Order: sequence, then structure tokens, then C-alpha cells
Amino acid sequence: MAVPSIKFDTAETLISAYKMPTGAKWSDATRTNAIARLREMGAPNKRDEYWKYTDPSALTAIPAANAALFENDETPMFDSIDRLRVVFVDGVYDPAQSDDLSGENVVIETLGDALGKDIHWAKDLFGALEADGQNPVPRPLATLNTAVASEGLVIHATGKVNRPIAIRYVHSSESSDAMVHHVIKVEEGADITLLESGPGAARFNSVVEVDIADNGGFHHVRTQGRDHERKTVTHMFARLGRESTFKSFTMTVNGVLTRNDTVIELTGDDAHATVGGASAGDGTGFHHDDTVFITHDAVNCESRQVFKKVLRNGATGVFQGKILVKPDAQKTDGYQISQGLLLDEDSNFLAKPELEIYADDVACSHGSTVGAIDDDTLFYLTSRGIPRQEAQDMLVLAFLGEAIEEIEDEALAADILDRMDAWMKRRQG
Amino acid sequence: MLEIKNLQVDLEEEEKTILKGVDLKIGEGEVHAIMGPNGSGKSTTSYVLSGKDGYEVTGGSATLDGADLLDMEPEERAAAGLFLAFQYPVEIPGVGNMTFLRTAVNAQRKARGEEELSAGDFLKLVREKAKALKIDADMLKRPVNVGFSGGEKKRNEILQMAMLEPKMCVLDETDSGLDVDAMKLVAEGVNALRDGKRSFLVITHYQRLLDHIKPDVVHIMADGKIVKSGGPELALEVENNGYADILAEVA
Repeated sequence: MAVPSIKFDTAETLISAYKMPTGAKWSDATRTNAIARLREMGAPNKRDEYWKYTDPSALTAIPAANAALFENDETPMFDSIDRLRVVFVDGVYDPAQSDDLSGENVVIETLGDALGKDIHWAKDLFGALEADGQNPVPRPLATLNTAVASEGLVIHATGKVNRPIAIRYVHSSESSDAMVHHVIKVEEGADITLLESGPGAARFNSVVEVDIADNGGFHHVRTQGRDHERKTVTHMFARLGRESTFKSFTMTVNGVLTRNDTVIELTGDDAHATVGGASAGDGTGFHHDDTVFITHDAVNCESRQVFKKVLRNGATGVFQGKILVKPDAQKTDGYQISQGLLLDEDSNFLAKPELEIYADDVACSHGSTVGAIDDDTLFYLTSRGIPRQEAQDMLVLAFLGEAIEEIEDEALAADILDRMDAWMKRRQG
Repeated sequence: MLEIKNLQVDLEEEEKTILKGVDLKIGEGEVHAIMGPNGSGKSTTSYVLSGKDGYEVTGGSATLDGADLLDMEPEERAAAGLFLAFQYPVEIPGVGNMTFLRTAVNAQRKARGEEELSAGDFLKLVREKAKALKIDADMLKRPVNVGFSGGEKKRNEILQMAMLEPKMCVLDETDSGLDVDAMKLVAEGVNALRDGKRSFLVITHYQRLLDHIKPDVVHIMADGKIVKSGGPELALEVENNGYADILAEVA
């Protein structure tokens, strides 16, 4: 059969194209193992069921296609808040632009520094949550990342971390092809906020592994850079302990290809996970895919998925979301909504919501809608003197706002909403 | 102020003529009422004046102070001074009432080349007007009309009218779905806006609203035309005898 051989040929091409870093005893075995796993599963291919709506070939092509830089004079995201700033330029940690990596209740190292040590606590997590997240659906691009990424942060939160860790990914070279891999451990009762912003590189592959112990909290807000030609694949693997909280929100505007995979396993009772996203796409080049897999493996846990996409001029939005409830995960409360707002007839929203439930005492609901701006509402606004374009933007913002309000920190949510508002006003000219 | 001449309108989607030559002239400061049975074209008149999609004007004209309304976008008509109070105000989740009001007020000011209201001035103004209509801070904060009762929605319409200060107000069955107290409150709000210059067109099924908003002229509409006009006594006649007598008389 031709298809499988392409998958495996591509995997070999990837393995030989990227060098596996060596030298760190604690990570060598993990990386060797990752390469073996990648060989076995093959590279993603558009004929894979999991890539049915998104063609991954631009994410696996060697070399990566160039992407023009996006020049703008806006204030960088999250600049107005008190945060610990870390900068990666084309995927490489830049100490000159970064704050001192120290904070109260948190130890932060670069992955490079951590790899230089003989032993490290990250050994138990690095590549481990990623490997766990391969079942039942393979995610080869994350495995590739585990095998070869040498940049990233290793973060250990031991208590309440007051300042968010704000990572900015600067795209500096048109031909950059970058991978970063972060490992985050949130100890019992600890709490941390991770902010990510920027395009990262012409092609950017990021993996975040986060392990949240009992009563821990992890908050994540991400805005993906507006470079029109960038290609991005991200994976977030999270494991949640008892009464822990995980909240992640991503805003995406522009970029030709974005695939955000979020894989969450609720392993302790009474844990809560929320994953949300708002995206706005313009043009046939825009393709944005949110893929979420949440496994309930404990009692009385709650999960929420809230995704909203506004699409125009032939843009495509994809949502694949699954809730898997294992036999013992009684009292599960699972909620999932994905909505597409199409501003014209050329745009597409493709959704595949799935529930797989093996416990008998659960409440799971899911909904997926696609629609246009309501004419009566638009008329109501224009009849009050609001110009049509401005009225439409108000409705778009209101639509996206329902996802943005999933962000727990109100100041961050307001920041995101204002940013979106400003972008739309700029379009109005 | 408002002058409608021989206005003829078809529904765009179906081959159906709704207005068959409406003539209406409302002078400065006047209050006119249109009454008429269901399907006579009353609401259509209000929609066509304010520029709703779905209608095709096949003949006639409508001008506001000489300006051709039918040639304008809905937002331009609003900036020119036309206001429609909706029979069924639309609920808009996610858009705060206050944001909506401020955007509308400032959009109109901008369109007229006036300076936009500052946040402080706007707030002061809206609080003052809201108080008179018994609209509390919570209603101003909530999304536009979402979860509002019928009475609250209509009061919210009048609040918009008060904030936008139009020259020509069209009220489309503002009394529908209101109890007597709510209707009085709405009517008081409207009467407070009567200043001898602002004109009103009140569309209603029932005479009782006209007890509270006293019209100068009452028109009876039937089958897409105004078939009879008269003083306030015409509304009483409708109330006592229904439309049948009048329609038989003009037929």
C-alpha cells in the first residue's frame, strides 16, 4: 500500500533532517524512545482520520516553507501587566531580552540548562505525558518534538506564583523552523499562570507538558502571532490531580496553518479543566484547527470546551473535540460547544464533536453550530445609526466574547477583547 | 418634516404588493397615529421608512425635511433624525446595553460632523434619562434586551429614543405586550420628548395608547393605503365600532 509507506518515509525524512541532541543522560533514553515511536507511528498524513480536515504536509515538509515577517507597531501582547518575561527568537532562548529567570515559589530553567545536568526531576515528565497522550490517537509531531527539541523551559511551581510567566516567541528569520518543548510541574496546592504570545518562527512546533498535583492550578492564555504566512502546530498535554484546575485559552488571528492539539487527562477526583479558543480568519489561506481530547478517569470531574471561530473570504475553521469518560469516572460533567460564524458563503467550518462514555452516571452535553450574522440584529443596530461594518464587528466581538470570557483573569480577558476590537477597527480603516 | 407620497412597496421574496400608494404628511411637532386591521401595511410602512431589507419600493417617495430617505442606508436615516421604536426589540447577547447606546449616540454624532460625547458626559446623560424611565443600573449593564421583560424592552426603546434625540419618531405597536402601568410609563417617556418640534408617528391597533399619547391626526390604513384621516375622535370610533364600519363607508 502506497499510503503507509509515505507516512514512514516522511518519518524517516524528519528523523534524519533534525539532529537528536545528545549528552544529557536523563533525556537520551526518552529521545531514543521517541524516535522509535515516531518510526512506528509514521508521520501524519492527510489520509489519517485525525487529519481528515487539515492537511499536515506543510508541517512535515523538509525544508519548511518561508514565511514573511509581519511588521506592526502594536504594543506587544501582555506588556502592560506585571509578569516575568522570557523571549525566544526563532525558537531560541534569548537571555538578553528576557528577565532574570527567578521568582517566588517557582524555579525556572531553560531546557538547555536542564539537559546539561546529570539527573533532573524533569526526567519523569519530559516526553512522558506526550507518550501517554499518544493513545488512542497518535500525535507524531509531538513525538518528533520530544525527540529533537533542545529549546524550552522547565518550570517547577512549588507555591502560588504571583507573576505570570510570559513567553514571547519572536519570528525573526523568514526561513526559521523552530521547536520548543516546555515541561511544567505544579506541586500540591501550587498555582501558576503561563502566557504565550507571538508567531515563534516561519514554522513553529511547540509542546507543553504540564503535571498538576492535587489542589494545584494552571492557567494558560495564548495568542498566536499574526504573521500571515506562519505555520504552527502546538500540543498541550496536561495531567490533573485531585481538586486541581486547568484552564487554557488560545486566540488565533491569521497564519496560514494552525493546529492546536490539547490532550487532558483528569486523573484525580473533583478536578476541573477548561479549554477555550477564539479565532478569526480571513482569506482562503487561513486554516485553523482546534483538536481536543479530554479523558475523564476520576470521579466528579468537570470539563469544558468552548470554541468560537469567525471566518470570512474563504477561511476554514476546524474543531475536533472528544470527551472520553472511563468506566469509573462517575459524576462526570462534560460540556463542549463549538460554533462557527461565517461572514460569507465561501468560508467553511468543519466540526467533529465526539462523546465516548463508559460510566453510567454522567452529564455530558455537546453542541456545534454554524451560522451567519442575524439580519434582524444587524438591522436593529444600523437603525440606531451604527454603520453596517461597525455593527457587524460588534456582533463578531460579542460572539467571540463568549469564548474569551472563559479566561478566569478578568484583566487578561479584557486585554484580549480590546486587542480583538482594535484589530477589527483597524480593518474598518 | 416627514412626507410620504404615493409609496408603493412589494415584498422582495414573494410577488406580493404590501403598500399600494401611501400618502402621509407630518408637520413639525405633530403627532400622527396610524390604526388599521392586521395585514394592512402599518408595520411595513415603518420598516420601509427605516430601511429594512426585504422590501422593494416600486413607486413613490419618502422624504425627511426634503432629504430622500429611500436612497439612504439605515444608519444614514438614523443620523438624519429618523428613529423606529421596534414592535419586537431584538435581543443581542454579548453586547452590553451601555456600549450599544454609546456606540449609537457617537456614530450618529460623528455622521453629523459633531464631536463625540466623552465617556463621562455620556454616563451622566444616560443615568439621567434612564432614571426617568425607571431603568436601573443593572438593565444598562446587561446585554441589549437579553432577559428583559416585555415592558423593559419597550422602555429600553424609549431610552434609546431619548438618548438619540431624533426629529421624527416612529413607534411600531409600542403598546403591544404591555400592561396598563407599563404602557403609562412608556407613554410618559414619549410625552416627555414632545417639545413642539419633534414629530411622532404612532402605529397601534388600539385606541388606549392614544389616551396617553394624544394624537393630532389619526389615519386609518387598510389594504396598503390610508383610507381615512381625521382627528382623535376617529380613534374612538374605531374603538367603539371596529374597522368594519369605516371600511364599508370608504369602499
